[in-house]
Amino acid sequence: MRKMTEDNNHKAITGAEALLKSLVEEGVDTIYGYPGGAIMPVYDRLLDYTGSLRHILTRHEQGAAHAAQAYAMVAGKPGVCFATSGPGATNLVTGIANAFLDSVPVVFITAQVASPLIGTDAFQETDILGISMPVTKWNAQVKKAAEIPDTIARAFYIARTGRPGPVLVDISKDAQIETMNFRYRRCTYIRSYNPVNPIVNRDIESAAVMINHSERPLILAGHGVIISGAVAELKSLAEKGGIPVAVTLLGIPAFSHDHRLFAGMLGMHGNYAPNVLTNRADLIIAAGMRFDDRVTGNLKKYAPQARVIHIEIDSSEIDKNVRADLGINGDVKEVLTAIFPHIRERKREEWIREFRILDSTEHEKVIRPETEPENGELKMGEVVKVISEHAGRDAVVVTDVGQHQMAVARYYHFTDSNTLVTSGGMGTMGFGLPAAVGAATGTSDRQVIAFIGDGGIQMTLQELGTIMQYHIPVKIVLLNNSFLGMVRQWQEMFFNSRYASTEMVNPDFVALASAYGIPRRKIKNREELKASAAEMLDSDGPFILVAEVSRTANILPMVEPGASVSEVTLTYNSKS
Amino acid sequence: MKQEFTISLFSESHIGILSRITLILSRRQINIESITASESAVPGVQMLTMVVRTTPEMVQKVARQVEKVVDVLKVFVHTSSEIICQEMALYKVTTRGLMSGSMISDIVRKHNARILEVKSEYMVVEKSGTRAEIKELLALLEPCGVLQFVSSGRVAVTRQVKELNAYLREMEEARGTRQEALEFYN
Repeated sequence: MRKMTEDNNHKAITGAEALLKSLVEEGVDTIYGYPGGAIMPVYDRLLDYTGSLRHILTRHEQGAAHAAQAYAMVAGKPGVCFATSGPGATNLVTGIANAFLDSVPVVFITAQVASPLIGTDAFQETDILGISMPVTKWNAQVKKAAEIPDTIARAFYIARTGRPGPVLVDISKDAQIETMNFRYRRCTYIRSYNPVNPIVNRDIESAAVMINHSERPLILAGHGVIISGAVAELKSLAEKGGIPVAVTLLGIPAFSHDHRLFAGMLGMHGNYAPNVLTNRADLIIAAGMRFDDRVTGNLKKYAPQARVIHIEIDSSEIDKNVRADLGINGDVKEVLTAIFPHIRERKREEWIREFRILDSTEHEKVIRPETEPENGELKMGEVVKVISEHAGRDAVVVTDVGQHQMAVARYYHFTDSNTLVTSGGMGTMGFGLPAAVGAATGTSDRQVIAFIGDGGIQMTLQELGTIMQYHIPVKIVLLNNSFLGMVRQWQEMFFNSRYASTEMVNPDFVALASAYGIPRRKIKNREELKASAAEMLDSDGPFILVAEVSRTANILPMVEPGASVSEVTLTYNSKS
Repeated sequence: MKQEFTISLFSESHIGILSRITLILSRRQINIESITASESAVPGVQMLTMVVRTTPEMVQKVARQVEKVVDVLKVFVHTSSEIICQEMALYKVTTRGLMSGSMISDIVRKHNARILEVKSEYMVVEKSGTRAEIKELLALLEPCGVLQFVSSGRVAVTRQVKELNAYLREMEEARGTRQEALEFYN
């Protein structure tokens, strides 16, 4: 009897099944993917695992990649994505790169042709290890079934620890078919890999001294604050020190927009006050962010009065773009927790008043006209604002890339952490629709609202099929200006209004929604806005709200390319 | 501003590691002037020695990005004064040229080189030394007709006292105190 049990534990299984068992061991419940020749042994086994592993068949591998990333961001655990060899694998690349630039853990599994054929230009063979190398945190190829469990364990460990990121495991077809004795050991340590450095007390003390001596400190909060779970610690520190908090695009939900210390978004289309006052601040406390050029503007004129404390888990980010007077290489949550007791309670009311004064200027010149216009064409800002007011605080907001993304970043009122899924570093048009699929399948109880432009939605439009097939309850707000709006804006501002290939002749999106059996409504007038927003948000299942917005509106303020953040412009006299 | 640096790094001996490292350098438009891969004193650990010309700031940025590569254990950046380094060169010289065999032997001896093989048509000379010494010998042999010349990448050891083994031990010990930053992704 005992012998039999042992035999069961060590029953020989195929590499394909070993892969699925390994995923179950890692707590995976959802896989996004697309089958094909080389990965068929895995999909065949998947039929026997439908109770524990749900597979979402997207309509393109890129969609699966973006969905897996959005799942990871919403569910708080690594996303998993399957693709076959050759074109299946290469179609993932944009999604892998997107996850890499935004530090999201996704485990990509690609199938490879049988090992004797690797390197021979076999049918549907491609060197996906070579292709994905610059955009993965780590990748590996497996050609023996026995190596599958340990490689998968390693992949998950690397993806989710330290600064998270995508990893790729390429499994040859013969390794999927070969049998092996399954045994799983979770990976907890790799000799050559140091996910996070311990805190150095001297750094903490120095940081506290710098903060306590500062009259005009400004916190810049990035995605790292959310990843490390430091939202509460950030709030405590800001409140104790009376320090305003500005956020990056991916850091937007790291600090409640209700809070009196919320300073707004940084960067090219960020808010007026934090951009201008970056150059007034005498201390920048950057937490879990990497001084992207869209945040800093002209580096030569960036924060000239400020000393810089840079708290960052990835040591290669420190001093990369902005030189830090004090670089603290560590986990943001640990570092903020350690600094907290050493800082003095301060109000810094005068400094905070400077923000409020600039805020009211921005409100008068930009925000009010954009979000509460009384006449004229429908504006993106007002659509975003109305939906924000009607949606639940914990709703997950997904965006694509472009003008509508900036409208959401500026005018959606975020109060809870982990409520925004957007493509930041990579700026991937086409991200929004598949990401909405991933976000909605990554949460069981939160509403998912996707804002997408007419350009971006047509890059991955086929995912409407996925939404239809699985009846995924995403609320899609299509902000249609029949233009590639952000490029059009740049053409107007910097290319003498020469509109090269930015105007779009679009299909009837309502008819398209109808073809996919998705409830829909189209609006042109602001009178219809509130009722249709309510209709959409109160509906069950998917819904598409097509809002026909101004074709030629620009997103402002703007830090123009090459300008300093303090030279942010509030108004632009449209030439068109 | 640009100067010569020797980047020495220790990594696990895994396939593809060299590609990952050179990708980081090529993205930054840094040319690798020489590269040598070999086993290190620690079993399973390979050592790469690269010579690059760039600015002190850039070499530090790049070194940190290289050290981030999962399979890389440790990266060291050195200026020439901090290391003892050698290169090795082979010269295939014709024996039918202007110089007699004995003249070549004389040059070889004076330059601490040695003759590996002598045939009726040619001889092969080996020389270890600095780049400058190797170039100097090449210039001297040139008149007698150099049929082939090849030199290795730089190999270097550091003047510092702390060795890789000590770093490895520290890494192993740190394992006990290291916490995984997994608040969100677990």
